[in-house]
Amino acid sequence: MSSVKQILLTPLFENNPIALQILGVCSALAVTTQLSVTLVMCVALTTVTAFSNLFISMIRNHMPSSIRIIVQMTIIASLVIAVDQFLQAFAYEISKNLSVFVGLIITNCIVMGRAEAFAMKNPPGLSFLDGIGNGMGYSLVLVVVASVRELFGSGSLLGFQILPLIENGGWYQANGLMLLSPSAFFIIGFFIWALRSVKKDQVETREFRMASHSTEEGAF
Amino acid sequence: MEQLLSLFVQAVFIENMALQMFLGMCTFLAVSKKIETAIGLGVAVIVVQVITVPANNIIFNHLLREGALDWLGMPELSLQFLGFLCYIGVIAAIVQILEMFLDKYVPALYNALGVFLPLITVNCAILGSTLLMVERDYTFPESVAFGLGSGFGWALAIVALAGIREKLKYSDVPEGLRGLGITFITVGLMSLGFMSLSGVSL
Repeated sequence: MSSVKQILLTPLFENNPIALQILGVCSALAVTTQLSVTLVMCVALTTVTAFSNLFISMIRNHMPSSIRIIVQMTIIASLVIAVDQFLQAFAYEISKNLSVFVGLIITNCIVMGRAEAFAMKNPPGLSFLDGIGNGMGYSLVLVVVASVRELFGSGSLLGFQILPLIENGGWYQANGLMLLSPSAFFIIGFFIWALRSVKKDQVETREFRMASHSTEEGAF
Repeated sequence: MEQLLSLFVQAVFIENMALQMFLGMCTFLAVSKKIETAIGLGVAVIVVQVITVPANNIIFNHLLREGALDWLGMPELSLQFLGFLCYIGVIAAIVQILEMFLDKYVPALYNALGVFLPLITVNCAILGSTLLMVERDYTFPESVAFGLGSGFGWALAIVALAGIREKLKYSDVPEGLRGLGITFITVGLMSLGFMSLSGVSL
């Protein structure tokens, strides 16, 4: 039981796919201008990761290792097609908003990375949970980034006005930079900083150590 | 011709794959510690882009799009839902063929690109530009210009980032920000720089 909980919860903070494993960063940056779009993306990615882990783990003992990448790709691509068709049928507006990024779940490194690192070595049930856990770790970062961007960029959350804008007689001047691409990089950078200030063990080692100041006489 | 040139410039600077469209981020962040490796990867991406985007353009226009199979007597058939599967298959196959070809005929280039070629299959910049090409409905010459431009822009961005990171490793960065954190912020600043080019109209 504890291992189930561990598999579900470690990807949230201890081993976050975006902040620590550097997986799946592309879509984290691109789909975070509106919270509602982000939530759909998170659900889509979690579904694909969970099911691709499940299916790949099921056939892991029958796959020759030389063609495993192609097999994994095919499974993932088929799942993404299913998700994409579903979105086009039931949430057309959001699917238009996400544009190419639903398709890009195929090359999202989280899906491939978890298939390679976890599903190839573990039974289907655990792999499914690992997919959900990593999907949640991804969603956590995305939801934080999207909330900050939508709240400060257009003063609303999920489309509801939280901070009344000056144009509508309120007091908040919308920060347009938040909706542009650079802010996404900054917010994730600061998110990583915050996470690593709490979890000291995630701090990376220094590549180059500066010499300490020498105050010896005759140095000049 | 002029239109193709402007499409190229637009793909390189205004819609830079890495800095404005956020594509290929994983490799962009992971393989940008040294200028030399960054150049190797950048060249590999350009080569693969120039081949795969037009190839996928042909497949889309002549097999998948609605009415493309008219000559088979099936004018209403649209295979667009198979798109993702086809594109990723084409990309994986072309990367594999390119690897074997280079290994046999241009071993010098093969050794230089070596490790990076297989990595490229899962680079979202490659699949991303194919999907953008489909979404924007480019013609064949346009797709060549777009593939070249987007590959070039990505290469430019990763080499620039590698240059900055080589210098940055000597600086005294706050503890939690070290490594990945500061890289994100650097990329953010580069992206701000590239944004100033978005006002350029051609």
